[in-house]
Amino acid sequence: MPSHDLSSPPAPRRSICRSGWLAAPGLLWMGLFFLAPLALVFAISFASRGTYGGIIWEFTATNYLDLLHPLYGKILGQSLWYATLTTAICFVLGFPLAYTIARSPARWQPVLLLLVMLPFWTNFLVRTYAWMIVLRQDGLVNGLLLSLGIVAAPLELLYTPTAVVIGLVYGYLPFMVLPLYVAVERLDPLLVEAAWDLYASRWAVFTRVVVPLTMPGIVGGCVLVFIPSIGSFITPDLLGGARSMMIGNLIQHEYLVVRDWPLGSAVSFVLMAIVMAAVALYYRHAARTAEALEGR
Amino acid sequence: MRRGSTGLSLVSGLAMLFLYGPILVLVLYSFNAAHLSTAWRGTTLKWYAALWHDEALLAATANSLLIAVISTLGATVLGGLMALGMERMPLRRQQIIESGLALPLVIPEVMMGVALMLLFVTLKMPLGLTTVMLGHIVFNIPLVTIMIRARLRKLDPALREAAADLGADSWQVFRHVTLPFLRPAIWGAVLVAFTVSLDDFLVTFFTAGPGATTLPLKVYSMIKSGVTPEINALSALLLVISMACVAVSLHLQRREV
Repeated sequence: MPSHDLSSPPAPRRSICRSGWLAAPGLLWMGLFFLAPLALVFAISFASRGTYGGIIWEFTATNYLDLLHPLYGKILGQSLWYATLTTAICFVLGFPLAYTIARSPARWQPVLLLLVMLPFWTNFLVRTYAWMIVLRQDGLVNGLLLSLGIVAAPLELLYTPTAVVIGLVYGYLPFMVLPLYVAVERLDPLLVEAAWDLYASRWAVFTRVVVPLTMPGIVGGCVLVFIPSIGSFITPDLLGGARSMMIGNLIQHEYLVVRDWPLGSAVSFVLMAIVMAAVALYYRHAARTAEALEGR
Repeated sequence: MRRGSTGLSLVSGLAMLFLYGPILVLVLYSFNAAHLSTAWRGTTLKWYAALWHDEALLAATANSLLIAVISTLGATVLGGLMALGMERMPLRRQQIIESGLALPLVIPEVMMGVALMLLFVTLKMPLGLTTVMLGHIVFNIPLVTIMIRARLRKLDPALREAAADLGADSWQVFRHVTLPFLRPAIWGAVLVAFTVSLDDFLVTFFTAGPGATTLPLKVYSMIKSGVTPEINALSALLLVISMACVAVSLHLQRREV
């Protein structure tokens, strides 16, 4: 029978179960195996490479200056281009999809969303491999084009930038659809109706009513697609050729093939800076939206 | 957009075809008897049968399962404790940790992979199953913490106070109030961590030594070498298994609401 003195307030419970120290092991783990390695990469990015692949610990910015070389510049540039193109295509495909789902009968919406998300839960390698079968020289697309007489000889589809962008769109389309769905679902259909009633053109309804009101979802979706696209490795590795390399492949190449760890580290931090810029952009937009809502 | 609805449905249909077309093609080809070409040479199950006799593949699967079990256990304990501990902290500190936990989720996986590899090499730890497990725990901790924290926030403080007022000590409150309430979230976190670990390619790629091949690493090398249609059967099998897992987890979640 637990005794409880009712005359005095219970003493503050200060056992281990009620203290923040419970978080310590996890925090220690993340410090040791996440922050420390990142700090190590950062430090190495300012060191230089020894003759036999080792590291010489002398401060230098050479690695970052080396990245200005046209060869690396080209890889950085095309990575940005592929990621931007992927984001744009995801938006063009994802917006109608999200809109259709959000405006379909309520009991169908969870099913349709699940259908969009389901491929995402399968192994990324396997999903990318599926595109290799579809796109290769004797693959489905070429077979279809040949039999319909659209092309005379099979097209070079696999191992091209096009294949990389298709793979990226395929991999990250669900990231665009989900935030857009949430935004469209909140959009009052009456506002769209009102625009129609005022004889707005289809384009005007879209750009003046739908887009501004779903902006948080659009920005969210774009950032969620852009981040994994810019940092991707598997897609360009499997679907791209030597000339459609992206930053992720360059990092892997520098670390495992060339064994120039300082340069690989510098590339990693450039990639991280791009990702962080995208995240910052998102937060700034979210803060501004919150401010605008409060100002109402 | 009522007037644009046919166009919208058309694009949506195309998007769905885009999402499922390649998967269907892959499953279909896994039954193709042709060895080298993609031309159809009749239906067969021999590629599936070949999977059962591929010793290297079975060993890789065993490695993957072992890594997934250990890293899920580790991450669930560490992440769960973290969620419980964070709750007792000042709000400001909670927010700092929370944004810190988002970092592993946004930074490119390739970067996490090379960073861990550099750490292990610097510490002179031989790369192998152990280093892979250590790495998998890292990306699973934030997932577990976030999921359990979300559930913990829904726990009415009055419940725990009531238990304490009835004389339960803090362990009893945890054991009989908090833990039962968290159970669905814990199982959800276990399932997610297990799947993510099982599917991981990049962190494993950089932290596994030559003897520690996992299923995704094996799939990757089979895709790269591209010599046998076994990979089609394996891929189709993995697709079906993942989809079944998602279906089961959704069913469980629905029951627990």
